[in-house]
Amino acid sequence: MARTLLVAEHDGSALNASTAKCVTCARDLGADIDVVVCAAQAGPVAAEAAKLGGVKRVLTLEQAANAHPLAAVLAPQIAAIASGGGYSHVLGPSTTFGRDLMPRIAALLDAPQLSDIMAVESPTRFRRPIYAGNVIVTVEVESPVIVGTVRTASYSAAPAATTERAVQIEPANVSVEVPAHTRFVSVSAAKSDRPDLQTARRVVSGGRALGSSEGFKLLYRLADKLGAAVGASRAAVDAGYVPNEMQVGQTGKIIAPELYFAIGISGAIQHLTGIKDAKTIVAINKDADAPIFEVADYGLVGDLFEIVPQLIELL
Amino acid sequence: MKRILVGIKRVVDYNVRVRVKPDGSGVAIDGAKMSINPFDEIALEEALRIKERGAAEEVVAASIGAADCQQQLRTALAMGADRAVHVDPGPAAAGALGLEPLTVARILLKLIEREQPLLVILGKQAIDDDNSQTGPMLAALWGRPQATFASKIEIAGDRATAVREVDAGLETLEVDLPAVFTTDLRLNEPRYVKLPDIMKAKKKPLDTLTLADLGLTSPAPRIRAVRFEPPPQRQKGVRVKDAAELVSALKQKGLI
Repeated sequence: MARTLLVAEHDGSALNASTAKCVTCARDLGADIDVVVCAAQAGPVAAEAAKLGGVKRVLTLEQAANAHPLAAVLAPQIAAIASGGGYSHVLGPSTTFGRDLMPRIAALLDAPQLSDIMAVESPTRFRRPIYAGNVIVTVEVESPVIVGTVRTASYSAAPAATTERAVQIEPANVSVEVPAHTRFVSVSAAKSDRPDLQTARRVVSGGRALGSSEGFKLLYRLADKLGAAVGASRAAVDAGYVPNEMQVGQTGKIIAPELYFAIGISGAIQHLTGIKDAKTIVAINKDADAPIFEVADYGLVGDLFEIVPQLIELL
Repeated sequence: MKRILVGIKRVVDYNVRVRVKPDGSGVAIDGAKMSINPFDEIALEEALRIKERGAAEEVVAASIGAADCQQQLRTALAMGADRAVHVDPGPAAAGALGLEPLTVARILLKLIEREQPLLVILGKQAIDDDNSQTGPMLAALWGRPQATFASKIEIAGDRATAVREVDAGLETLEVDLPAVFTTDLRLNEPRYVKLPDIMKAKKKPLDTLTLADLGLTSPAPRIRAVRFEPPPQRQKGVRVKDAAELVSALKQKGLI
């Protein structure tokens, strides 16, 4: 029987927005959905997951070793649940969390994996992007268990459950020895009051044309006016103007905001693949022939250092 | 011997814009410029630097595919790899989707058994199929640690510290060796190959193995391509003349 096991992403206290999007994808499979939460203490995250419409059960895997999302530690536990529970599909988000963890689970299950699922045509037929999104391939998978990562930009978040119904939250019963060969040391993230890049409704991104970290301050002012998150092209991250977690594109974050500003970004295909689900794209660039204008809904040719301050004034 | 095994995939060069074949049966890549997958080039560069720092003694580049991937292995040898291994999987690699990542991981595991490396460094993804699976799959089959999306790798005795580029920022892990690493963009900037190195590379050993040589049989594919399509194109937009016109256009659409 078809059953889906969905691996929840969270930071120890709250569910990541990617999980609700995975639920939407999982619902298209038409089978029962169980969510598994691995944590030192799963309580608040499990309660949040139980509220997502379509989720049947929430399984918790609680132990000190699960305090940080180490793939080598989590994968054997999740694989044990997946094989013991007779799941036909095991899904996770196509974020760095899921891209690190899901293939490790797939290998332990001897299951094929589909990365970046953007549409479910049937429980065995899926669409996914290849070649930086320049080609969409439809694939048919023949396997009793299919592992997948969900391209979160292709899905909206599953709404909260509408009816009052008791979603079971129960500890998963697995006893697996977890390895000690991989140890978490630290995670350093810039604290920001701005919206999260991956879920923001508006995003302002800058490219190499910003010229320096100093130049990006101008974008932050614009972003604050708009209530937007700030992103960057690979060139701007490589140049050291901004940290890696701001990179948007094939090898950075794939985002789908309602409004996207590409400022001083030429629009390499690797960047465009990260924004093609944005509803409206605004491009500001002094090169009238920049490829970004091919995809922009509104294009403005000119010097960003003149235009952006004017925008800040006008907003 | 302290050895580093590096995976090299032959892919369409990142500057080439590929097209879907008119009948939707695949991607038209005949005659396209082929290169080492950029993330694999970074993997090789990192291996060479680790060796140059004295933390390893030999760098072995491995590629799995038809005979033409020997070109990329020759480039890897010219960059500085000590020797190369080409695994020719025969007809298994001929499908429109190529080898499945789990099959690639199984082949690499066999190479690990032969080579006994201290580190295996792979690209975090190949820019053709964008699967991003092989590294973690290999680490799982091998039962060893993985540090994916690495932007820094430091070796200290039988341990390594890796800084990983994750969505939240930078994560640091400590792993026992041997282990699998996958590379992110900012791990290093690969060196350019010089002409004398290309000449020297011709004399370096490059062995070819079949699946049978590795004790493997040809795998049955489990993922089959049904059709290939170009992505939907965005509607061409409008040009606005200045900031004021932009703001009023966005306001009119209710976007701000």
